[in-house]
Amino acid sequence: MGIELGHFAFSLAFALATVSALAGLLLWRRAALTPYLQQASIIQFLLVGAAFASLIQAFIVSDFSLKLAKEHSFSAQPLLFKITAVWGNHEGSMVLWVLILVIMGAAVAAFGRNLPRDLLSLVLAIQSLIAAAFLGFTLFTSNPFLRLDPAPFEGADLNPILQDIGLAIHPPLLYAGYVGFSVCFSFAAAALISGRLDAAWARWVRPWTLLSWTFLTLGIAMGSYWAYYELGWGGWWFWDPVENASFMPWLAGTALLHSALVMEKRSALKIWTVFLAIITFSLSLLGTFMVRSGILTSVHAFATDPTRGVVILILLSLFIGGAFALFAARVGTLRAGGLFAPISREGALILNNLLLASSAAAVLVGTLYPLILDALTGETISVGAPFFNLTFGAIMAPLLVVLPLGPFLSWKRADFLGAAQRLAWAAGLALFFAILAFALTGASVSLAPLGLLLGFWVALGALAELADRAHLFRTTIMTSLRRLIGLPKSAWSSALAHFGLGVSVIGIVAATAWQAEEITTLAPGSSVTIDGYTVDFGGVTQQQGPNYAADVASFTITAPDGGKRIANPERRAYTASGMPTTEAAIETYGFSQLYLQLGEPQTDGKSVVRIWYKPFVTLIWIGTLFMAAAGFLSLSNRRLRVGAPRPARTRVATE
Amino acid sequence: MKRLVVALLMLFALNGPAFAVRPDEMLADPALEARARVISGGLRCLVCQNESIDDSDADLAHDLRVIVRERITAGDTDDQVRAFLVARYGEYVLLNPVFAPHTLLLWVAGPLAVLFGGVAMVVGARKRRKVSFAEARLTADEQAALDDLSDRKG
Repeated sequence: MGIELGHFAFSLAFALATVSALAGLLLWRRAALTPYLQQASIIQFLLVGAAFASLIQAFIVSDFSLKLAKEHSFSAQPLLFKITAVWGNHEGSMVLWVLILVIMGAAVAAFGRNLPRDLLSLVLAIQSLIAAAFLGFTLFTSNPFLRLDPAPFEGADLNPILQDIGLAIHPPLLYAGYVGFSVCFSFAAAALISGRLDAAWARWVRPWTLLSWTFLTLGIAMGSYWAYYELGWGGWWFWDPVENASFMPWLAGTALLHSALVMEKRSALKIWTVFLAIITFSLSLLGTFMVRSGILTSVHAFATDPTRGVVILILLSLFIGGAFALFAARVGTLRAGGLFAPISREGALILNNLLLASSAAAVLVGTLYPLILDALTGETISVGAPFFNLTFGAIMAPLLVVLPLGPFLSWKRADFLGAAQRLAWAAGLALFFAILAFALTGASVSLAPLGLLLGFWVALGALAELADRAHLFRTTIMTSLRRLIGLPKSAWSSALAHFGLGVSVIGIVAATAWQAEEITTLAPGSSVTIDGYTVDFGGVTQQQGPNYAADVASFTITAPDGGKRIANPERRAYTASGMPTTEAAIETYGFSQLYLQLGEPQTDGKSVVRIWYKPFVTLIWIGTLFMAAAGFLSLSNRRLRVGAPRPARTRVATE
Repeated sequence: MKRLVVALLMLFALNGPAFAVRPDEMLADPALEARARVISGGLRCLVCQNESIDDSDADLAHDLRVIVRERITAGDTDDQVRAFLVARYGEYVLLNPVFAPHTLLLWVAGPLAVLFGGVAMVVGARKRRKVSFAEARLTADEQAALDDLSDRKG
């Protein structure tokens, strides 16, 4: 019964979104319509929320008459995985995608009261249009509410690899990021239709960009850490097409975040900012298409039914094509904004945008090239990690070189030498740390010293910005401290985000350059030493989990300081699917980790064991946490807060 | 995340888990083994999705790793080993695509994006200066309004 109500609510949301979209697009000039569109957006959210809740309820009670639950759940699964199983498949994840979309729409409706009514109507109409398209897609090609008759007794189990806390966190965060950019897209299209494009527009868009970017950052980082610990050999980024699909919107979104800043402060880069807003969501849609069309084979590739791919491709072309047609028609009416010299904050941010957009383009070409080449000529080639590391790295390196300078340049016209001087100690210190690190350990990867130098440079450069603003060493410590506390949140958040990026770079370089690996066959009672850590193998025992049987190994790790720890990597076989998985044991020492994986048992009672020492590997994710914290800090800024009263001088919208 | 893919493929293709680089296939000479690892890292596991044979647990990847080590032991250079595999499996086996006419666009796409973007940036900056200076002059109405204001003040 619940499912039928959910099905009905979902269908009703589709109808409501369609009507909202049509009414809004036709009648956006009528201010009287706006409150109805706001209510409709909130009701869409309530309806999809109810539909989603009905699915969760069916999964919790293991109602296998629901086809989706039968295919992706199992009665002995722990409760958490019963719930997450709802979106561990194509149909259910579409419902989650749409749910987040209508949450965003409802949020615009609820917090957008201070927007001009015509702009708000248009934004809600376009948001509803996107919702209608994907509600329809879900209903007509991927309906999650179908029943089975007769109902089977037991379900087929969720893919064991997905039976992890990661599934509870990674997709919702990632989708919040992806889908959040739809608001920026709607704002861009609304601005183009209404012709209302000014600094105030940038101020309204920026919180949404920031919110989406922060979620996407967390979503990607979480996915990366999940892959790292779940997949059994410690890789954390593979340049898989599906990863690229999430990374491209992140790159474009990062560029958007910076260009919206220029537009808000200096009223420049209008055309480019609107273009980026369209591109960013288009890349999100492209990712959705790639994952669900069947053109890729991957655990993320839920749908292998080609009709779904065709439908998504049509939706993709309509939205992206429509937005660009609108853009082309309107671009002539947009006027360029404020003046600035090449060496200025604006100039630095444009360079940031050039390099970020180019890197996104390089990743896009690398991801799609094999598909296109195959379609055109029949030649099959592979584009893998070595290619992306080279091309992406070559564009990123200059960005990291100039990054610390940017915040030191003033708007309009800046003193480059002065900025460089104020950064001199950061550069010197970065060089010192990089040389010291390699003097102590020796370089095994040729470009590693350069990478490490860049990481220190970016991180220390961010600290230098804070120190400089606090007048550190130029006045008393107490005055500096007071100044530091009194710095605007925008200064803190940009420094924090840049610091986080530097930290991540250091982690990436260190974990790549100094990783140690031991692949060996161990008998119970024997031991192996890796980078100063002694690992004693105690043997393997059989254990029974809720829905799997496991071989659990016992290792005793003796750290260089003499401390002992027990580590228990597992190999599991899941009851319902018979599918084997490995659960690595990861021990964290400071910022470094020891990663143990239990391999195949040998005939003579020995086991294959693979052990990695990954120095400073956790810095990769700690850096992204800094970036996300910076995002939330910036969002909490009163000046940017959605719906907060703004000073009168931003009231330029009616010009 | 590619590991997830392989795990999925294993559902259909394999009986039980095997692991990338097994101890029994490693070469005794550390220098030769290191070379094998580097070469393996750049070769695609053909039945996997975008994964190198060094990382893959598929049976085919195991076979390819053994072939790589056989060729190295037989005295092949790194390039000869790669050429040997390309001759059998085609360019698809190389994770780092060759630089050739059919991949030209792929390789130059990133640099071209920077180049064109950079040119557009410079042209845009010049144009903006011209346009903005022209716009910076007051229109007749604005001048009248300004005169009006200054009159009132003065």
